[in-house]
Parts: sequence; structure tokens; C-alpha cells
Amino acid sequence: MADPTVIVDNLHVVYRVYGAGGDKGTAATALMRVLKRQRRPSVRKVEAIRGVSFVVYHGDAVGIIGRNGSGKSTLLQAIAGLLPPERGCVYTSGQATLLGVNAALLDDLTGERNVVLGCLAMGMTPQEVKERYQSIVDFSGVGTFIDYPMRTYSTGMAQRLRFSIASAKDHEILMIDEALATGDANFRAKSEERIQQLRDAAGTVFLVAHNLAEVEASCNRVIWLEKGKIVMQGYDVPAIVDSYLAATGGEPLQRDKQ
Amino acid sequence: MRQRARDHGAPGTLTDDLSLPETDQASLPAEPLAELAARYQLAPSAARPGAFAYARRLWDRRHFIVGFATARNVAMYTEARLGQLWQVLTPLLNAAVYFLIFGIILGTSRGVPNFTAFLITGIFIFNFTQRAFITTSRVMPDSLQLIRALPFPRASLPIGYVLIELEQLVMSMIVLTVIVLATGEPLTWYWLLALPALGLQAVFNVGMGLFLARLGAGAEDFSQLMPFLVRTWMYASGVMFSIQTIASLRRHPAVTYLLQVNPAAVYISLVRNAILQSQRRAWPGTKPYNAARCALYYHDSRAVYDSAYCHATVSMPQLWLYGAGWAVVALVVGFLFFWEAETRYGRG
Repeated sequence: MADPTVIVDNLHVVYRVYGAGGDKGTAATALMRVLKRQRRPSVRKVEAIRGVSFVVYHGDAVGIIGRNGSGKSTLLQAIAGLLPPERGCVYTSGQATLLGVNAALLDDLTGERNVVLGCLAMGMTPQEVKERYQSIVDFSGVGTFIDYPMRTYSTGMAQRLRFSIASAKDHEILMIDEALATGDANFRAKSEERIQQLRDAAGTVFLVAHNLAEVEASCNRVIWLEKGKIVMQGYDVPAIVDSYLAATGGEPLQRDKQ
Repeated sequence: MRQRARDHGAPGTLTDDLSLPETDQASLPAEPLAELAARYQLAPSAARPGAFAYARRLWDRRHFIVGFATARNVAMYTEARLGQLWQVLTPLLNAAVYFLIFGIILGTSRGVPNFTAFLITGIFIFNFTQRAFITTSRVMPDSLQLIRALPFPRASLPIGYVLIELEQLVMSMIVLTVIVLATGEPLTWYWLLALPALGLQAVFNVGMGLFLARLGAGAEDFSQLMPFLVRTWMYASGVMFSIQTIASLRRHPAVTYLLQVNPAAVYISLVRNAILQSQRRAWPGTKPYNAARCALYYHDSRAVYDSAYCHATVSMPQLWLYGAGWAVVALVVGFLFFWEAETRYGRG
């Protein structure tokens, strides 16, 4: 068996959410709370991941499936070291990189500055940024809009530019959050091709997707999360996908018999 | 194992209770996972590097820090019609307001030679620290999206915010130079001393910025309180009056001393003494002690330069020592304090 690249050992991740309900939210109620020495009821703990363990080996492409709010994105953020574990630990063979559309870019700045800043944030040197700049802009296809502030971009254009920036680098452990395959059909084809290249270059890939056909097509292994726990996981991807669909009441996948 | 699962608004027809199969744990290796990780030399992803390794990583990301600061600075004014001109207009308007209130209406200029230059220098220099403190106390909650999206040494953020203020300060200093020269101060070699003084102040601000960033990351209450703390500090630091001239402090040399060695007052005095000849001449202790002339200073508002004949509360070389001391202490303490919580900033 190949070497392990990611080991998740009894991982627990807890979010603290401020401003959740349960309070009228007026100054008077806040004062009463202080006087009565109560804790802020609006601070709530959300246990997003509750005891997850698995081992991923070099060459694995792991699909993570589950309903909205089941902890998929949180799991990826914890593996990348962006969210600290409450208990347990994640061990990785190198820096795990998360390709998400939320990578903060500054809306008031031109596309050009955003490209440079995004690349620097990923750890490129100014020289590397200069070398790759043109290919990033060309790939995004935003054209002359690159000189305009990003707040003037359409949603699709902004997502295309973000994806182009995020995918400009090869990563050892690559994690792709859904919603990446955005944009028009033409760009989707281009980005799927780019993801494939990144996968070939990376040792290990994680993919979060609601599109189960995509998971089956590109993953050799799947993890099904529900309420922060693993329901099923393993290398028999179609069987797990079928159980998932049966449990959530979805339509069974139409598979081509070959 | 049956679990209750609530509908989170996922597409498709969801039942409230999911009928789930048994959890599959069979594929885990037999040996403890921590030992397996150690055997293959895998490192915890949320591990905190040592303090020196952390400083080196920060240095590796220096281009990002500078790029981030410059970009934020440019972005700040893109919605304004006058654009970057506000970088100059903001300090000018600030100076005008304070001059109107403290120079003309309240008349605190008593006992200070060339009060206009004295006041505006004080405001611009304090403004650097003030803005750095307020923005860094908010930087971690404000940047949570970025923190959860990309791995980089988190100290880049408060340092970047202090750099933004440093870039603003450069604009302010250009305005200040013009104003100071217009008030009749000569351009001398002493002006060069302003550079190390501002350098020490910047180091102090970075150290305190790191410290405040961690405090502000825990509770929003802190960043709400910050503007009031800083304003109180401003009134205690001799920005719009000379600490020396406060009559009620004459009998409390210890209090005068403490006010004069507080970091804000130290950096303001260092810059004033560098670029204002009037301040250098009036600094206590620059002339041999003369009780009569010193007393005259306190009783005759025209004898503004006679403060030079009084005993020095803090001498000029001592000012430099305090300036360097505050900077080093703030940087070391702030850096270690921030670094200690490095892996926890993503939690919010």
C-alpha cells in the first residue's frame, strides 16, 4: 500500500457563533445579562466535526459527500490547518491547499492588483508572479476588464478570475470545494481540464461536490459525512453513492453499462 | 446506528430521520494513528512553528505583506471623487480643526514657541500610533474570511495594517514639512533625526499592533473600547499642549516624568526636537540651570524660551533610550503574545 499523506485522528471542530438568536438584542437585555452575570446566550457552539478518523494514501482522490451543513467544507478547512481542531489531530505530509471561491480578494482593486496579491498570498515570489501573470489573465478570459475594479465584475467573471488565480500553482495536497465549476459552458470545460492537470500534479486530491456523477467520475474513494460524523467510507464508490442516495431520497444515478 | 438529522435546506426530498447504515471503521489501520503519522513523518497541519521559524516564515511573505498594505491603501479611496488626494487632505483638515480649537479658541499655545508647528507635528505623529492601534485591534475579526481561505503567517495581517498607516504617515510628513517650513522653522541637519525616531515609533506600533490584534481577536468589546482608550492617551501625551507648562504638575515631578516617558510623548518629543528648532531651544536642560529665568517661564507667557533654564525632567539622550526601549519591549512582547495563539485565529 502507498504511503499515507493525510491522517485524520479523531478530529473534532467547534465553531463559536456570535449573534445567534435567543435575545431581543437591545441594550436593556444586554445590561440585565451583565447584572445577572449570565454568559451571552447569543454565543453558541456549533460542533461541525464530531470525531472523524481516516487515513488517505498517496494517489487517492477522495470525494466527500453529504448534505448541506454536514461538515464537508469544515473538514477541508481543518485539514488545511485553517481551522484549529478542538480535539484530535490532522497530520499531513505537506501543506494542504484549499481551492475555494471565497479566497478573499479586494473588490475595490483592479483585477490586475488582485491577481498579484492573490499569487503573493499563495507564497509566490514577485518574479514568479510576473512570469505567470499573463497566463492567469488569459485563462480567466476577463479581457480588458482586468484594468477595472473587481466590484464592477459580474459574478461569473469574478469567480473565473478567482479560480484562475487559485489554480495558478501546483499543490502537493489539493482540496477542491464545490462551486468551482462555475461560469459558462466554455469556462467550465477549461476549468475541468485545469483541475485534471492539478490532480495529476498533486499527490492527493479531495473533492467536495454535490454532483455525484462528478464524484464517481473522478474519485477512487468516497467519504460520506452526516452531522459531522462519517456514515460510510471506502473504495467502493458506486455502492456508497447509492446508499447515500437511498438515505436522502434522491434519484438513483443512471450509470452507463460498459 | 440511527441518527436524528434535521433538514438544513438541502435540495431534494429529505426526510427528517435519515436511516443510516453502520459506521464503517474497518478501513482504519490497526496501529494508533498518531504512531502511524510519526512513522511516515507527517506533521500536524495546525502545528505552530517555533518563534524563530515563525519569524523566518513572516520574512518569506514580506512581499505579500507589502502588497497587501499597498493594495488596501489604494482601495481605501477608490470610491471618493478626489481619490488619493484624501491622503493629503485628511491630515490637513485634522490639523486645521485642532488648530482652531486648541490654538485659537482655547488658547493653549501659552508657553509654547511656534505653537502651530508644535501642535500639527504632535497630531500627525500621534495619529500614526492612534490609527495603528485602532485598526490592528479589529484586523483579526475583519480578516476572518482571508484567514479561513489561505494559509500564511497570521502576523502578516497586523503588520500589514501598520504598514498601511506608515504609508499614510509618509504623506502626512510631506504636508508637515511644508507647514513647518512655512511657520519659519529652518531646515537643518537635525531633521534627519526624524527618520530614526519614526523608525522606532513604527517598530513600537508593530509590536503593539501584534499585541492588540490578539486581544481584539477574542472579543469584539475590546475593539469597541479602543478608540476611547486611545483618545484618553492622546490627552495625556502632550499632543496639543506642552506637558512642561501644566502649572498643577509643577509640584508633582514624578507625574510629569511619567507623562513625558510614556511612549506616545517620547516619539512626539523626538520628532519635534528633530524638526523644530524652537522646540530644541526651549527643551528644559539645554541651558545651565537658572532659577530666576526658570520661574519667569512659568509666570510670564512671553518668556517661552526660558523653559530651557529649568531642570530637565527627561534629557534628550534619555528620550532616545526610552524610544528604543519601548520599541524593543513592545516588539518582543507583542510578537511572542501573538505567535502563541497562531493556530487559533481561524476559530473566530
